[in-house]
Amino acid sequence: MRPANDFARPVRPNGFGRSKMTQAQLAQGKDPLLAVRDVSVVFGGIIALNGVSFDMQQGQILGLIGPNGAGKTTLFNCLSRLYQPSGGDILMEGQSILTRPPHRIAEIGIGRTFQNVALFPNLSVLDNVRVGTHARTNSDIISDSLKLPWVRRGEAELNKRVHEIVSYLDLDDVAHVTVSGLPFGTQKRVELARALAADPKILLLDEPAGGLNHEEVHVLGNLIRRIRDDRNVTVLLVEHHMGLVMSIADHVVALNFGRKLAEGTPAQVQSDPDVIKAYLGSKDQ
Amino acid sequence: MSAVDEVVTEAPAVEAVPKRAMTLGYGTSLVMLALFLIVPLLVKNFIVFQLTMLLIYGLAVLALNILTGGSGQFSLGQSAFYAVGAYTSAILMEHAGVNYALTLPIAGVICFAFGFLFGQPALRLSGVYLALATFALATAMPQLLKLGYFEHWTGGVQGLVVTKPDAPFGLPMSQDMWLYYFTLAVTIAIYIFSVNLLRSRSGRAFMAIRDNEIAASAMGVDVALYKTLAFGVSAGITGVAGGLGAIAVQFVAPDSYTITLAISLFLGMVVGGVGWLPGSIVGSAFIIFVPNIAEGISKGLSGAVFGVLLFLVIFLVPHGARQVAIVAQQLVGKLKKN
Repeated sequence: MRPANDFARPVRPNGFGRSKMTQAQLAQGKDPLLAVRDVSVVFGGIIALNGVSFDMQQGQILGLIGPNGAGKTTLFNCLSRLYQPSGGDILMEGQSILTRPPHRIAEIGIGRTFQNVALFPNLSVLDNVRVGTHARTNSDIISDSLKLPWVRRGEAELNKRVHEIVSYLDLDDVAHVTVSGLPFGTQKRVELARALAADPKILLLDEPAGGLNHEEVHVLGNLIRRIRDDRNVTVLLVEHHMGLVMSIADHVVALNFGRKLAEGTPAQVQSDPDVIKAYLGSKDQ
Repeated sequence: MSAVDEVVTEAPAVEAVPKRAMTLGYGTSLVMLALFLIVPLLVKNFIVFQLTMLLIYGLAVLALNILTGGSGQFSLGQSAFYAVGAYTSAILMEHAGVNYALTLPIAGVICFAFGFLFGQPALRLSGVYLALATFALATAMPQLLKLGYFEHWTGGVQGLVVTKPDAPFGLPMSQDMWLYYFTLAVTIAIYIFSVNLLRSRSGRAFMAIRDNEIAASAMGVDVALYKTLAFGVSAGITGVAGGLGAIAVQFVAPDSYTITLAISLFLGMVVGGVGWLPGSIVGSAFIIFVPNIAEGISKGLSGAVFGVLLFLVIFLVPHGARQVAIVAQQLVGKLKKN
């Protein structure tokens, strides 16, 4: 049997390892991996986002925080192309992503998880992760039906990769189990595995701590950091749970009423008077 | 880590569900194959004909199973694809003198194109609404076949008579027997292709769409493309079944392909177990033999008896033959342990 924690075989070996923080700091001032430029979203007469801009540097964990209705999820949905911004642009490595349909986002290296877990409930853990590789593989229905040699080779390669990721996230024991029968916390790890299967450059996490208890949130925080370090992934964390964001994010962007309220290190944002006011209310109110 | 421990202790119970959820194991497949090869040698010609129809409807149910069980789209319009396949084969054989075996791939390709194109407008619909749109297709098809414009080719209301092929290479075999083995070969080939397809990247894309469209799209699955492809594949297989059906029955007429046929196929899929490919043959057996059984019980009330039998099946095994297979597998597993 394989060891439960198979960290020895990262998919994309990187020499930086634990020194990612310094790499992220070095990257400041270079071209950002992802740039959100002046993005606005209007629904009917409601301005959900109003000229929000920020940069994400390679290797960063960026926390996006804000009270309910601040526009976090709206921004997230713009990044995953479910919403079309009415103004502004989003650039991935200098290229606008706004001309791409939602299903062509994964292929440029943007992976995501969903707020309340959106797995394929009738498929096994392995098959869920296999679907995650869709954007990185090719096939057509005729070759697939005939199981041509190149399809076989592709599947063998894919299986190796999928098993590596399943091991990486401690899912070996449940690999063949249909996901609908798994506990919520495990399903969240399956979703992470599925997102990682496409070897993303950026991982968008939509409220990953939702529905987890205190202990599980702590484990999740370590896991996100570990994924960033081992697999060279930049993380955008949209989160309600302040404890999680403040403990693992390198950089925090705070939104309120669709505008950017503050931006900086967790400590800077936490002590920002506007942010405190937004979360706790001011004395005048 | 407590979460992981919990999963580990839970795992064996969940594992009891077969891993190859959509197919049979090798042993069972071989037994089934042996049965299909031997049984026709032991029975009368009429039964051989019925077994041929069993395989043909089995193919049509399999096709619907790929669409509904695989990609999660409903269709009550399969009779239309079946009709197009049947007429394509019949017209090619009778008007153009094409060899019967060659007409089948042509029927498949034409129906694939028809299904793929029909899938385009159907993209905007899902669930019951899609079922209604396909229902409209099924009701329109017999009338389209009767149209005066096409009468020269289709034979209008009269339909077309198709010549039954002889066994090739002077094999000492009746026409019915030859057609049975020919149909069996086609069925096995299509079954294997379907299993391959559903276990491949394309098949996983179908199932991902069935389970969660938005998540599938986020994984890079072109939802519109794969939905229409599923329609195309399903229609293509149904077309081949239709072509075989025309050859076996030796006759095509518009009123053989009404909505009743589509509903029968839908019924067959439910009885066989939605999403379980081997169940297609069980479902097909149900729609071919159970009406006869019902007639045997009461001639005047055969429809009502059929209804009661159907109700019993749905009540006792709501997941169809698949459920029976899982229970049987667990029993065998227990016996092996003791």
